[in-house]
Amino acid sequence: MTILDQPPVTAASKIFNFPRNAWYVAAWDHEVTAKQPLARTIADVPLALWRNSDGRAVAMADACWHRLAPLSKGKLFGDEIQCPYHGLRYNSAGRCTSMPAQETINPSAIVPSYPVVERHRYVWVWVGDPDLADSGSVPDMHQMDSPDWAGDGETIYAPCNYQLVLDNLMDLTHEEFVHSSSIGQDELSEAEFEVSHDDTHVTVTRWMRDIDAPPFWLKNMRDKFPGFSGKVDRWQIIHFEAPSTICIDVGVAKAGTGAPEGDRSQGVNGFVMNTITPETARTSHYFWAFMRNYRLESQTITTQLRQGVHGVFGEDEEMLAAQQRAIDANPDHEFYSLNIDAGGMWVRRILDRMLQAEGLPAAAAAK
Amino acid sequence: MAVNTQTWWQQGRVVEADDLAEGVRRIVLSPDRPVHATPGTHVDLRLDLDGHVRTRSYSVLRSEDGGRRLTLGVQLAPSSRGGSRHMHGLEVGDVVEMTGPVQSFPLGVGADRYVLVAGGIGVTALVAMADSLRRRGADYTLVLAGRRRAVMAYLEELADTHGDRIRVFVDDEGVRLDVDALVGEIAGGPAPARTEMYMCGPIRLMDAIRRAWVAHELPEPNLRFETFGSSGAWAAEEFVVHLPQHDRSVAVTTDTSMLDALEDAGVDVMWDCRKGECGICQVKVLDVDGRIDHRDVFLSKKQKETNTSLCLCVTRAARGEPERSEPAAVTLHLP
Ligand code: FES
Ligand code: FES
Ligand SMILES: [Fe+2]
Repeated sequence: MTILDQPPVTAASKIFNFPRNAWYVAAWDHEVTAKQPLARTIADVPLALWRNSDGRAVAMADACWHRLAPLSKGKLFGDEIQCPYHGLRYNSAGRCTSMPAQETINPSAIVPSYPVVERHRYVWVWVGDPDLADSGSVPDMHQMDSPDWAGDGETIYAPCNYQLVLDNLMDLTHEEFVHSSSIGQDELSEAEFEVSHDDTHVTVTRWMRDIDAPPFWLKNMRDKFPGFSGKVDRWQIIHFEAPSTICIDVGVAKAGTGAPEGDRSQGVNGFVMNTITPETARTSHYFWAFMRNYRLESQTITTQLRQGVHGVFGEDEEMLAAQQRAIDANPDHEFYSLNIDAGGMWVRRILDRMLQAEGLPAAAAAK
Repeated sequence: MAVNTQTWWQQGRVVEADDLAEGVRRIVLSPDRPVHATPGTHVDLRLDLDGHVRTRSYSVLRSEDGGRRLTLGVQLAPSSRGGSRHMHGLEVGDVVEMTGPVQSFPLGVGADRYVLVAGGIGVTALVAMADSLRRRGADYTLVLAGRRRAVMAYLEELADTHGDRIRVFVDDEGVRLDVDALVGEIAGGPAPARTEMYMCGPIRLMDAIRRAWVAHELPEPNLRFETFGSSGAWAAEEFVVHLPQHDRSVAVTTDTSMLDALEDAGVDVMWDCRKGECGICQVKVLDVDGRIDHRDVFLSKKQKETNTSLCLCVTRAARGEPERSEPAAVTLHLP
């Protein structure tokens, strides 16, 4: 596909619609159990998530066929879930297996069950056309469960459109203003950056050479190189994969030791793993983790990094919530773009094409 | 994908109509409010049959262009309830009252194997499923059974599309479907407990499959089917319903159901699905003169044998022996 084939996409939609034909993270693997169903709405579809006796994760519509009582409030019995209201039971395919008050089972008694893949410590679901659900197209987040990386993360319930989170992560100059006490520094806005893309990926690369390490990175350097002081070369390489996964290769190395040319041995490297699942047009499940490839044995560092990033992302969360409120309070105002939005605008272009392919408008329906 | 089980009415225009096979009409409708019909969906049509408005269900064979073109396949059934004759008379440009696509026979996800079994015109419910499974790259088999090749719709097209995934059985060519062998093969094959079967066809075929399924100890929830209560053990014939509590008798003609006939006669009865699935229309039987042809899937085999109750929406009575000239009769308890 070349750019010229496409109608021009102009101003950015403020409440961006989301593709349905995509894998979205519904939960961390440990959240989905055989003990009790979990209720979670993914891309506007309320789901009951659970595991059957052979450990397979199941995602079913959270509404009983009979009178639509939420199945997530029901009980699990091995390979079946029982509706909390009149006791209908369903297997993991969503087919009713028992109607307590009659001798047969109504052949239409089925609730939708959605394709599920478990990968990278997450349970991914596909709520779109099941014919297109190819498990090979789950976004690459291999650092999450690779022996070469260690770390952990959390989920933020973000009261904003998912695209606002993507914008936030595709441009990190905001660190200077939102995260000034931890990772922000003046050089971020000053440094040049480069944006590249293909049909499903966008990459934004930024190098800052010979600068002071901000507090977060100074601590990390000292974890690997005790007593370190001095200048560093810092990098941020943002990898977006459609529709909403962003893995950011971040780190610093002792200045002038060849990191920009490929030798990162004199530095510390982390990956900020983010995958954003639209819950509704105005709310999102924001799953993140911070993975590192040094001092893998240290649970202390894992905890410290998780807590550190938790603090940093708390600042983003506050900004995103406030931004969504302001957007809703100013329905007639457009978005404008700055040069720093190039990465985010490529993301929108890719999403816009996915939406077009599904026959959906770029702007989500007003609520 | 959102599954639509809601019934709402709209108008649809006939944009194409032609013969698909002997006695089978292909009708393409273009609805007012197009919605894509997922595999297994049907639409209900409101037909004016001799002054009575009747609702008839037809599987959506194919949904194209986001539901702007919905293809139905309708078999002309001499003993049917009159709907098919009306449908065969439709011409391009005619407008019909129709529902949006209603889903009560959805194709599942995640089974290891799928076996689709179509008897006769039942193929209309399974064409879209087979296409879907093919797109997914799933492991599936499509079994087509019919009386004569000439009456089997879509045979060639399906054979072209699905190649060696298709198995054809034609009675008058001496290649009959051996139900027990088919089900036995599933039971002895790979992943029997993770094989789903979807069937649509005459009730006798479906009963035979159900018996074989149980005999081979395959999990019952994996056997999916759809029936509109339109076939039974006997061809439809006229019969009489006696309602002692109402002090009246109502005749049921070959092209109406007992439920329709009672409603036409002003008797207030409760119903919901009108296709023999839910059991809401169940009433007690006081007496039978002739045989009861249940046709529903709500009552169990045992319940049907005792003949103590029946489902008004699909059940018929039959003389049972052709020599008898008196029509059959049932006496119902309708308080
Ligand atoms: S609502 Fe679930 S059994 Fe009635
Ligand atoms: S109305 Fe549902 S079985 Fe008759
Ligand atoms: Fe941030």
